[in-house]
Amino acid sequence: MEQTRFEPRIVGFLCNWCSYTGADLAGTSRIKSPPNIRSIRVMCSGRVDPSFVLRALQLGADGVLIMGCHPGDCHYQEGNFKALRRMLLLKRILQQFGVSERRLRLDWVSAAEGDKFAQVCTEFTEEVRALGPLHLETSLLPQAQEAGLEAQEAAL
Amino acid sequence: MRKIVIDPVTRLEGHGKIAIYLNDEGDVANCYFQIPELRGFERFCVGRPVEEMPRITTRICGVCPEAHHMAAAKACDAVYHVEPPAAARKLRELLYSAFYVGDHTLHFYALGGPDFVVGPDAPPAERNILGVIGKVGLEAGKKVIELRKRAQHVVSLIGGKAIHPVTSLPGGIAKGLTAEERGQIIEHTKYFVEFAKFTLGVVDAVVLKNPAYVDMILSDTFTQRVYSMGTVDANNKVNFYDGMIRVVDPEGQEFVKFHAKDYLNVLAEHVEPWTYLKFPFLKQVGWKGFVDGKESGVYRATPLARLNAADGMATPLAQEQYERMYATLGGKPAHYTLATHWARVIELMYAAERAAELAQDEEILSTKIRTIPTATPTEGVGCVEAPRGTLYHHYTTDERGILQRVNLIVGTTNNYAPISLSIRKAAFGLIKRGSEITDGVLNRIEMAFRAFDPCFGCATHSLPGEMPLEVQVFDSGGKLLTSRKRA
Amino acid sequence: MSKPKLALYWAASCGGCEIAVLDVEEKILDVAGFFDIVFWPCAMDFKYKDVEAMADGSIDLCLFNGAIRNSENEALAHLLRKKSKVLAAFGSCAMDGCIPGLANLSTREEIFQTVYHQTPSTLNPEAIRPLPRVAVPEGELDIPTFYESVRTLGQVIPVDYFIPGCPPQPPQILAVLSAIMQGAQLPPAGSVLGAGEKTCCEECGRTRNEKRLKRFYRPWEIEPKVDECLLDQGIVCMGPATRSGCGALCVKANMPCRGCYGAAPNVADQGVKMVSAIASVIDAQDPAEINSILDQIADPAGTFYRFSLPSSILYRKQAEVV
Repeated sequence: MEQTRFEPRIVGFLCNWCSYTGADLAGTSRIKSPPNIRSIRVMCSGRVDPSFVLRALQLGADGVLIMGCHPGDCHYQEGNFKALRRMLLLKRILQQFGVSERRLRLDWVSAAEGDKFAQVCTEFTEEVRALGPLHLETSLLPQAQEAGLEAQEAAL
Repeated sequence: MRKIVIDPVTRLEGHGKIAIYLNDEGDVANCYFQIPELRGFERFCVGRPVEEMPRITTRICGVCPEAHHMAAAKACDAVYHVEPPAAARKLRELLYSAFYVGDHTLHFYALGGPDFVVGPDAPPAERNILGVIGKVGLEAGKKVIELRKRAQHVVSLIGGKAIHPVTSLPGGIAKGLTAEERGQIIEHTKYFVEFAKFTLGVVDAVVLKNPAYVDMILSDTFTQRVYSMGTVDANNKVNFYDGMIRVVDPEGQEFVKFHAKDYLNVLAEHVEPWTYLKFPFLKQVGWKGFVDGKESGVYRATPLARLNAADGMATPLAQEQYERMYATLGGKPAHYTLATHWARVIELMYAAERAAELAQDEEILSTKIRTIPTATPTEGVGCVEAPRGTLYHHYTTDERGILQRVNLIVGTTNNYAPISLSIRKAAFGLIKRGSEITDGVLNRIEMAFRAFDPCFGCATHSLPGEMPLEVQVFDSGGKLLTSRKRA
Repeated sequence: MSKPKLALYWAASCGGCEIAVLDVEEKILDVAGFFDIVFWPCAMDFKYKDVEAMADGSIDLCLFNGAIRNSENEALAHLLRKKSKVLAAFGSCAMDGCIPGLANLSTREEIFQTVYHQTPSTLNPEAIRPLPRVAVPEGELDIPTFYESVRTLGQVIPVDYFIPGCPPQPPQILAVLSAIMQGAQLPPAGSVLGAGEKTCCEECGRTRNEKRLKRFYRPWEIEPKVDECLLDQGIVCMGPATRSGCGALCVKANMPCRGCYGAAPNVADQGVKMVSAIASVIDAQDPAEINSILDQIADPAGTFYRFSLPSSILYRKQAEVV
């Protein structure tokens, strides 16, 4: 029986002024881009609160992709730099939590870069595919506690 | 075999339970004191910055957070190879002395005291702080509340918070004292000294002048001949904050005297599968099981053990009492578990006098309270006398000061084996074939345990304080034959 | 008329919350006079069996402190929920997981390995470790099962109120108990009691300026100025992400806040709130420079989640090898 290939579920936060428009461009230009990215339009990459990233992972995402304007081009001047600093710190937190920081990517895509949009999506999808599913949402369930109990009993 | 379960035993930090097995003749076959708790500080502190330990390890115990704070502070100094300025050291010790005054008071009046003051056969409703007040007067109760208030105030002035102090850092302390704060502390220490004298008076009037109590203290049921451990200063006098650790054998001969950093040459911990807590023992003697005597590595680290291990007290009023106690008990070392209560009050006196000394020292007003570490952090051990026993914090870090390894031997843990022995001895001695399991029997088993002041004494000013005990007797088929509950 | 019934219980805790209750000093007599204390294992004679025998909902107020670390803690949570009309998560352990919650950056196996096999003083050649059930020559002994993760009280039972702090400060405890004793109407279920509605910065009193940080300092590295914001001076202080109510005691003693009053109001995850706060104050735009500044923050997860790990979104360390 053919093994089903793991299809990563990726949440994408795209900024309105640059990367979301770039995504549109990729679409209208018929540039192939993996369907794994579920896009959410935000006004600025700086709108992305780190808790959005964690929520996405908690609710079943295997990776989170944030795209903003190139440094210097942010519609709100500094929003993308705020995003950059936040995500660099968040990556360290993810590592400490045993979640590969490679599941979070921040990149810059302008309104004119349909190709780049597709390229980043493809790269990131393959990277997350290689990492495998995250399965974060199951850790809160009582079953996980019971698994701990079974392990302890088994040691008897 | 019949099993009697006492669950939970209370007035212990967290939870504990006792399982007593009776053979077919009705004699005690064995007795197990189980600790059902573990949190894992030795593991989850790995990865934390070492300077956070004086604030993380306080959460090992909210009754004696100051002890962990100081052991952690000293371990941090050692890890960073830095000496705090003299003023910082004195401020830390002043906080520590005030804490001791408050903590020993708590135990004597609300926890251990009732057994001692009111007596083991008093009705359960009287074996608590109310009974103590009934015996020594309402003014005493008010004094206890006032004393605790003042002691907590000193801790918060130097430590920032009364419960879980925060101010110690590698190389010093974050906050100094204003002249006004120091004035308040001086007034508090005067109160401490008067209160300690008062409490010694209570011991005298209510306990020592009662021949029945003295007999009980000196009885064999409550005697255990084990090694004694305590910290001593350069003159071999008891010191709570710093010094070398000294162990004397059951006959009083010095067995070993060591620096905290060499504790691994002296101590090891034994594991049993029926409890989460480990049993420290003297490595050079060896773990011989739950037995006492010179051939067994079991040792005590309690106020009585500290006085046994030292040559005296460093302050005059405490020294007077030290001499008096040993004269009354027939010499050193003393192995009477119940005499620990008396030793505790003598320590209370010393802590009060020491606090007064330190408060008067002009140097504590200095603003030079920090030495900035410059060396690369590596490894260190910090040790203090917690009220309940010698406390060791051992940290190893990487070159950034992030913890790689943590080892803790905590006050009461030192005493886990002797507490188990005491309970066993009391059970063996008091539950005999065909004997009725009365309240008195339960009390005496408790008393064997409570004298150690097991980690948690909950000060209650007006609440009945008898330890919940339920004794159930099952036959070998598990059918409940009889049960008795303490009212 | 009978007095309202009060119960206090401790799960995986340190006892500091008990002491905090007693630190209301002489007011404790008023409390004990008003309530009939029916269960308080640290101080009183009542057993688990006595609680089991009580009618459901007969305890008017239960103050439950301590985190859920093992099966006994959980069993008592369910039992006391059943028997109590109003049940409050008392203190940081019950509310957020607190210090025991740091164990969620480890696993049960790692903890047992360290404690029973690896610490340098442990002498355990037979590799013994505690087990929930053990056969001894005389019969069988049991101890509670140690769970894989620490949970908050609210993650195992419905909780009516949350009283933050490690410990809750005595004046706040007194305020809550006094309100109850005076018959005040309690806020809607799920509310936080005994704390403020702002961040710790409100109570701090130090002067704050626009922050443009080029570096961070560990607390032992410098002697900070006493009247300027600690974060301004490069010391990581959890004030901006922490709920007010404690009086900013730590900062007044020249030590940075570590967040024991839990997340600020309307914040789900205290740790990433701090990520945002820190990110806002770093003065750099180049990734390499940003990273070298971030290198100076030691242990971000353990610092930003010092008291609130089990109640955070990620809740515990995952098994992924990174």
